[in-house]
Amino acid sequence: MSEPKVYGGQEVVAATASGAGPKHRSLRGDVWRQFRRHKGALTGLFVFLFVALASFVGPYLMPYDAVEIDVKLRNLGPSWSHPLGTDNLGRDMVVRSMVGGRISLLVAITAMALSVSLGTTIGVMAGFFRRLDGVLMRFTDLFLALPVLPLLLVIIMLFRDTLRATFGPEQGIFMLIVFIIGVTSWMQTARVVRGEVLSIKQQEFVAAAHSIGTRRRNVIFRHILPNCLSPVMVAAALGMAVAIITESALSFLGLGFPSDFPTWGRLLYDGKDFINLTPMRVVGPGALISLTVLSVNFIGDGLRDALDPKLRSR
Amino acid sequence: MLWFVCRRTAIAVPTLVAISFIIFAILDLAPGDPTSHLPLTIPAEVREQIRETMGVNDPFLVKWFLWAKQVMIHEPISLIEQLFNIQIGSGDRNRVISWQSRGPVVDTIAERLPQTTWVMGLAFVFGILIAVPVGVISAYRQYSVFDQVGTFISMVGYSVPTFFTGLLAIVIFSVKLGWFPSFYDTTLEVTDWSSFVAQVKQIVLPVGVLSMFNAAALSRFTRSSMLDNLSEDYVRTARSKGLKEKRVLVRHVLRNSLIPVVTLIALQVPGIFAGALITEQIFRINGIGHLLISSIHGGDVPMVQTLAFLIAALTVLFNLVADVVYGVLDPRIRYE
Repeated sequence: MSEPKVYGGQEVVAATASGAGPKHRSLRGDVWRQFRRHKGALTGLFVFLFVALASFVGPYLMPYDAVEIDVKLRNLGPSWSHPLGTDNLGRDMVVRSMVGGRISLLVAITAMALSVSLGTTIGVMAGFFRRLDGVLMRFTDLFLALPVLPLLLVIIMLFRDTLRATFGPEQGIFMLIVFIIGVTSWMQTARVVRGEVLSIKQQEFVAAAHSIGTRRRNVIFRHILPNCLSPVMVAAALGMAVAIITESALSFLGLGFPSDFPTWGRLLYDGKDFINLTPMRVVGPGALISLTVLSVNFIGDGLRDALDPKLRSR
Repeated sequence: MLWFVCRRTAIAVPTLVAISFIIFAILDLAPGDPTSHLPLTIPAEVREQIRETMGVNDPFLVKWFLWAKQVMIHEPISLIEQLFNIQIGSGDRNRVISWQSRGPVVDTIAERLPQTTWVMGLAFVFGILIAVPVGVISAYRQYSVFDQVGTFISMVGYSVPTFFTGLLAIVIFSVKLGWFPSFYDTTLEVTDWSSFVAQVKQIVLPVGVLSMFNAAALSRFTRSSMLDNLSEDYVRTARSKGLKEKRVLVRHVLRNSLIPVVTLIALQVPGIFAGALITEQIFRINGIGHLLISSIHGGDVPMVQTLAFLIAALTVLFNLVADVVYGVLDPRIRYE
């Protein structure tokens, strides 16, 4: 990855258009080929896509409603019509898990996007501008020393009601949770990106770009950022796993979403008091959290191998 | 080396001050009124006077400075006084008072601390005892069945959150099989054999669940650190000298591989308390995590502030310890 990737894309187009010459291998194709070799990562990708599809499309295909109460059907064990049983208000647990997955995944994706963009911005700034380096890294160390979970709990306790009043119950808590997960988890990305930028900055193509008078902004966006892509992608995958766990941990402590908007953590929290009666209420959402996090971790693992040029050339 | 320790400590102090500022600011900026729990019959001007004597209207920096003085100077002195049964100075100090128990915050924390350190510390030690051998064998027999299975299990281990494994363990071992109690009884005192058995029984589930979780990440880390060292030249030299394989592995490779592992262990110590938040909630252990959650639900601001600051201080302290330990263990690292 020592040459800038931007020019690669055009070459591929040219090669396929003329249809002549040896078969050109694009970076993306190489990465995908290596990624496919990692069985765990491929399985993880399929499991994750399946869970995501089931969460976003599933509820429309199910004959039950996630919020409608039917007391006659309460606390049922697993059966063919209700594979995960029903809760204490007679709502089907499969539908509720699907709807819960929607919010859990949305929170995870948005929080990850926030944390990765924050981390990348700070990492690039610290790596590129020497004057900002000391300050920004001190700042990062400070955030690393903050006790994240206790602080999250405190912030939620204090600002929940205000935000709920201004943005509505679901929107308010969604924004709050996404914001605080994002703001407290960017530090690792920033450190890795800074290291990467520091080493890329020393390479000849950056000096060349500078010497032909490329603007600094273009040097960052065209030459440095594309070459930092691999650690950022790995950080994104791992960040998503962390975000899913943090969100469900918050809900599990009773400080996440209200129970009208089920998330996996919330379903677990609500189900734990009925653990003797309907253990499937705990096992279902818990297994979904674990499965999703596991698959995302495997995807991250596969990405790391696939994006490592040393491993790829083997 | 001494110079490095001094300088590193000097850096830690401003970090601590900044953290105390952040914690205090979050709680101070939050909506809420310290007189809201007083009866509504109190006239408005009297209420205003109460607020005035409480110092609610003081400038932010003054409030923060007074709080920081209390937490960082007064409370540690009081704790030392209690521990060694002596009196330092006049003994007339402002204490941080809990809004719930109406007693000094630090006393409550001192009551709750042993339970947390006992259960969490045991889980931590067991986690290390499991992780290091597993990591060593995995690395030594790379890509063997043991390694593959170990990799998968540890991947599962740190992907599955403890609040799920904990509940699952309760469902299986205490609800279905009835082997262990589902909650932790802090009042149990070990006096004879049967109470000892009861103590062991109640500690098995929380320690088992947590140590598995701790071991998962640590064993991966040990493995990769071992792998880095196994391909080094000095290992080949040691083998070519005709040393026994066991000696090469334990005396040469393991000792060098443990350097980053020990650092990671030091960094994870404060995480014990964050982990306690959830585990203590599942197994109903009456410790620090439980205290923090119940104070949050009860709106007990001084308690929450002190606990958050305590955990932050421990994090800073163990970051410092990790840096120093790394320098002591690895002679290649030279600090100017």
